[in-house]
Amino acid sequence: MAGTAAPIDVNGHQEEPVVIFEHVSIGFDRKQVLEDISFKVRRGETRILLGPAGVGKSVLLKLANGLLKPDSGRIFVFGQEVSAMREEDLFALRGSIGTVFQEGALFDSLNVRDNVGFRLEEEHVAEDEITKRVTEALRFVELEQAIYKFPSELSGGMRRRVAIARAIVTNPDLLLYDSPTGGLDPITSTTIIELVVKQRDVYQTSSLLVTHRLQDAFMMATHRFNRETNQMEPLPEDRINANTSFLMLHDRKLVFDGTTHDLVHSSDPFIRGYIA
Amino acid sequence: MPLATLDTSARKYVLAVQQYVLLSARALGNVARKPFYGADVITQADSIGVGSLPIVLLTGFFLGGVLALQSSSTLAQFGAAAFTGQLVSFSMIKEIGPVVTSLMVSGRNASGMASELGSMMVTEQIDAMRALGTDPLKKLVMPRIVATIVMNFFLTILSDAVGILGGGLVSVMMLGQDGTQYFNTSYQSLQYPDIIQGLVKPVVFGFIIATIGCFYGMSTRGGTQGVGRSTTQAVVVSSVLIIASDFIISRFLIGILGR
Ligand SMILES: Nc1ncnc2c1ncn2[C@@H]1O[C@H](COP(=O)(O)OP(=O)(O)O)[C@@H](O)[C@H]1O
Ligand SMILES: [Mg+2]
Repeated sequence: MAGTAAPIDVNGHQEEPVVIFEHVSIGFDRKQVLEDISFKVRRGETRILLGPAGVGKSVLLKLANGLLKPDSGRIFVFGQEVSAMREEDLFALRGSIGTVFQEGALFDSLNVRDNVGFRLEEEHVAEDEITKRVTEALRFVELEQAIYKFPSELSGGMRRRVAIARAIVTNPDLLLYDSPTGGLDPITSTTIIELVVKQRDVYQTSSLLVTHRLQDAFMMATHRFNRETNQMEPLPEDRINANTSFLMLHDRKLVFDGTTHDLVHSSDPFIRGYIA
Repeated sequence: MPLATLDTSARKYVLAVQQYVLLSARALGNVARKPFYGADVITQADSIGVGSLPIVLLTGFFLGGVLALQSSSTLAQFGAAAFTGQLVSFSMIKEIGPVVTSLMVSGRNASGMASELGSMMVTEQIDAMRALGTDPLKKLVMPRIVATIVMNFFLTILSDAVGILGGGLVSVMMLGQDGTQYFNTSYQSLQYPDIIQGLVKPVVFGFIIATIGCFYGMSTRGGTQGVGRSTTQAVVVSSVLIIASDFIISRFLIGILGR
């Protein structure tokens, strides 16, 4: 694979990034949305994609699991070129990608159990096994009591948590979160971020998270999940999570790709304005 | 720039037709391919078939009745009122039954499919399904097409039957005709070509209803407003296509079957 310099791991093997975008561009009806986007997500890494509303963050996530096809450029996930795959072949690959959609996108004709267990149901897993694994996933998002409720009976925050449970129930190797805190109040947002941090620190799942809320992004970089207390806690003074780094979109282009430290010390006027 | 707009709308139209053909072909190809969503076919058949039964029976019955009323007065001018039964059964089986049943089913179900799939589309439920590794063409579209074709077929037969019955009741009770004569003429004059025409049509119309309903549903854009637009368009387009294809099928089958 030309142009994809992979890092060398301790055993001297080249470890391939989980997600690679290479010069990706896409537009709709003559309106260019993303232009020449290149970045990588390495195994175990959490990348936070920042950008104002309408810049194309959701579009970028949909490109990553092949829901949209780029006009030009190439996209690799787990070494497979999703931008060149047929829809039929993508269904299998998406089995190891968990996606949390912007508004949750729960199936409103199905209850919480059937929503979370949808993929298991499709794979013809036995019914009591489904109930068991759904209960586990719901316990992770602390929503076991809602298992037989319908999406219409849930609050916005609960729906988002069910969506996270649905994405993680099959233990995916890559998680895509589209604005998981969008439209939620600050307290509910914090509980959602806590879940994302928990997933990151307990399972080390590679993930790409989209948000326009800077406070959420910084909370993820400066907090860790404590398994003893089962709570999120701030990292010691001046420490930041080394596996969490940033991407920023502005006006069709990727204007930033780097660590938390680089982001806060950037001299770019747009970035300074954004994080001020 | 009127020429430019004409060009864009023509291109849009061609693109839409192409997408419609693609969707229909892929959904049909899925009938034979695994997994087969049997349970979803049954659910759809129940909602489409059982749900449409009352309106189809009611319209069939009254249309049969009105056909008897109208035709007997015309036939009486030629002293041929005794052929009322034949005229009613001919019209019901070859034209009115299939067309009106399908228009009813379309009004109820093409709109239902467009709005259901359309709201799933605008709330990203369709994308979520794809992201979960399930093909919406298999899970949502294929069951609707199969269920609509099968149900439209049987609903049409029922509509034909109650229409002939309704015509009979009107002939006997309101026009004072002989019941035995009515049912004898309506039955004896029927030939295979008539039956074949009457049974081919609901299959084609059922296909049109489901594919148009699903196509407009799956191509919904632009929020709640878009869902409303898709719903209306699905009913309008499927109704026009039903009537236009009725003409073509009739012409074609009369051509090969000779009547
Ligand atoms: N399916 C689509 N068809 C046409 N335009 C789209 C589509 N999806 C997104 N867009 C456009 O792309 C731009 C970026 O959208 P989006 O990715 O949703 O922004 P955000 O960064 O807020 O998530 C918007 O201008 C939107 O109108
Ligand atoms: Mg978005």
